[in-house]
Amino acid sequence: MSYLTIKDLTVRLKNGVPLLRKVSLEVKSGEVRALVGESGAGKSMIGKAVLGILPRAAKLTGGEILLDGEDLLTLPPKARRAKIGAKVALIPQDPLTALNPSRRVGPQITDRLVDILGWKRKQAEDRAAELLDEVHIQSPERVMRSYPHELSGGMRQRILIASAFAAEPKLIIADEPTTALDVTVQKQILKLIREMQERHDTALLFVTHDLGVVSKISQSLTVLYAGMVIEETDVRTFFAEPGHAYSRALLAATPKYTDPDGSLMPVPDSIISQVEQQVAAFDAQLKR
Amino acid sequence: MSDLIYRVKDLKVSFPDLAHKPLFGAAPRTSVLKGLTFDVARGDVLGIVGGSGSGKSTLGRAMIRLLRPDSGSILFEGTEIAQLGEDDLRPLRKRFQMIFQDPMSSLNPRRRVGGIIAGPLRLQGFDDIPRRVDDALEMVGLPKSFSERYPHELSGGQRQRVGIARAIALKPDFILADEIVSGLDVSSQAQVLNLLEQLVRDLGLTLAFVSHDLSVIRRLCSRILVMHHGEIVENAATADLFANPQAEYTRTLLDAIPLPDPDQVWA
Amino acid sequence: MHDARGQIRRLPGLRLWLSGGWLLLLVLAAVFAPMISPHDPLEQDLFAARLPPFWQQGADPAYLLGTDSLGRDLLSRMLYGARLALTVALVAGTLTCLVGATLGLIAGYFRGWADLVISRLVDIWMAFPPVLFAILLIAVLGTGLTSIIVAIVVIDWTRFSRVVRAEAMSQGAMDYVASAQVAGRSRLGIALAEILPNVLPTIVALLTLEMGIAVIVEAILSFVNLSISTDQPTWGGMIAEGRTSIYQAWWVLVFPLVALFLTVLSFSQLGEGLKDYFDPVLR
Repeated sequence: MSYLTIKDLTVRLKNGVPLLRKVSLEVKSGEVRALVGESGAGKSMIGKAVLGILPRAAKLTGGEILLDGEDLLTLPPKARRAKIGAKVALIPQDPLTALNPSRRVGPQITDRLVDILGWKRKQAEDRAAELLDEVHIQSPERVMRSYPHELSGGMRQRILIASAFAAEPKLIIADEPTTALDVTVQKQILKLIREMQERHDTALLFVTHDLGVVSKISQSLTVLYAGMVIEETDVRTFFAEPGHAYSRALLAATPKYTDPDGSLMPVPDSIISQVEQQVAAFDAQLKR
Repeated sequence: MSDLIYRVKDLKVSFPDLAHKPLFGAAPRTSVLKGLTFDVARGDVLGIVGGSGSGKSTLGRAMIRLLRPDSGSILFEGTEIAQLGEDDLRPLRKRFQMIFQDPMSSLNPRRRVGGIIAGPLRLQGFDDIPRRVDDALEMVGLPKSFSERYPHELSGGQRQRVGIARAIALKPDFILADEIVSGLDVSSQAQVLNLLEQLVRDLGLTLAFVSHDLSVIRRLCSRILVMHHGEIVENAATADLFANPQAEYTRTLLDAIPLPDPDQVWA
Repeated sequence: MHDARGQIRRLPGLRLWLSGGWLLLLVLAAVFAPMISPHDPLEQDLFAARLPPFWQQGADPAYLLGTDSLGRDLLSRMLYGARLALTVALVAGTLTCLVGATLGLIAGYFRGWADLVISRLVDIWMAFPPVLFAILLIAVLGTGLTSIIVAIVVIDWTRFSRVVRAEAMSQGAMDYVASAQVAGRSRLGIALAEILPNVLPTIVALLTLEMGIAVIVEAILSFVNLSISTDQPTWGGMIAEGRTSIYQAWWVLVFPLVALFLTVLSFSQLGEGLKDYFDPVLR
């Protein structure tokens, strides 16, 4: 059963230049789907569109975003925000800027529970402590009284994960959550996200540029180029035999420390021009 | 004995720790490099790997004297440079160059590419500058016409090539490359790495390549220094390090790299 | 590489044209004041006192914007007043900028004891109330154009040095500065060739803002009768005179006030526009 269904989502800059070109994808309940692409592919834009936090310069011009069968875009703004607030959460990219440096950590986790879901403060605090314990933070009470700068990057990312799961959302959008971290910390965080996602049976849309990370976290993936879906498949098929020439090239360009002489193949110009042609053909079709 | 380009002995660097500065008086110092000793042979491609805060970038910057170490010795081709003043360093500068992590901030946004590459050549008193600029652009695979462009008109990969061109134009003996591919997409990353490998081969460069990514380091480097908390925990030839990592930290690091392979099992 | 972000274009600056247009008009007025002024700005005609501007009843078309309580032509006085306002704006603004920006650049890039001395000086300087400081200075130096300019420079250089220092510090941490050092550029060379061009947009914006402020300071000093000899027309002086007859002849106060307002606004808008123009990334 698909929890998030995106159909023909089109996002444009104010001047009409498309950022997302009729993107369609689904995330089933309890499934992890990776969104993969290089910079400018529009992978973060999809998550932002779902969360309703598109940048001011961008405008959603077409398509549907179905959450649990209900089209978010046809809902009145207030009802839409309430639904997103209750059902969707975000794990952001940069644990440094995602927490307010001048507030203690505890209230930053409980805010959402109290303000949006109307919990009692005490109840929310108990829940936060429980969650911090779940993300393997020792002495949660002490951490909740800390300021962000007193904690390490990995610790902060754990807090953001706990905070994302706090309201038992049905869908979590993770936007490159480990890109700013050291590999050793990245490993712990990826394992933690996976563990939490399984325990809470949450659907997860995981945005990343790293195919190594994809293979560790997700069951299925969608490859994007220039805001267009290039390939959509399950992870095993993808790494065994990628369906699209661009996907193959991307995989060949990813370094792998286990093969010593494996030379890196840059994505060949011929393939770039092939996908660019695909994009141009698509745009021509859109105009017609 | 092989020909050594660098001999580093007991190198110590500390920074003032502003987070713990008392209201009055000077900030305490935290030590970033805790007495490092190692050699670099001519023609080596030395990988310096470690997590954030390991001191790997500080080490690189100390080697080309962008900062002055507290103590210890840095012999560069037999000359002690650890405590030299800026005026005495200047004639040496053309012999060790640097390629920066973020080409957007290391290329002056107000200069055209040609001027950026020509700048150091002019300062170091080279002749025939336009030809050298063209040569450098050609070596990094950029058309000559690019010398008229501004950095913000280029893609990330192209900017990084300009950074490389600027460094190699001086025909240095040693180049420090500090995380130069970590900001790039994999497609341009592969291009830049291939280019670097080719330049090392063609120009006989000695290169120190600072990175957090062992996959990239393995691809390029002949020797690897593994740094952790300001110390060298392992210093080994690349093949040995991957075949038989000695330090516990090296093993942890290797184990944490996510391979693009769904069959890799994470303990 | 495919990236749509590069396709965001900025609109050409309308405000640059509007503000530039007004200032150009002002410059022309100032330069050609003796030629285009319909009357001698000092000539009194008590029979033609407090004539209203041309569209009002009882106006004399020879006095387009009316006359003040001594029967002097307002338009002519404003044209001559523009001379003083612009002189003060350009000379005082530029000098303030030179002094302040130089000290700011030295403090921000060379750091060390130079920074220590300059920054403490700025702190102390800023603890003085500026207008009182100016009045005090004029009292010591005596009235006159030079005194006004000196007063503005002495009061306002801190505005530049603080901002330029902060900007130079953040630019100094950029890798292109390290790369210039690697290339063997001297400290002074780096400050002038690498840092200065990158703080220039900020300096330009501040400079035009300062020109506006200089006009205001001059007006304030004229208002309290500390500017130039009283028989030379200044906007501030006109406003001061207009205040006394606001109920009988509002125009005496309002016209120089509007001119002052437009000029100061134009300077600040010009700065914002030029700032973008000096930034190659936005250009």
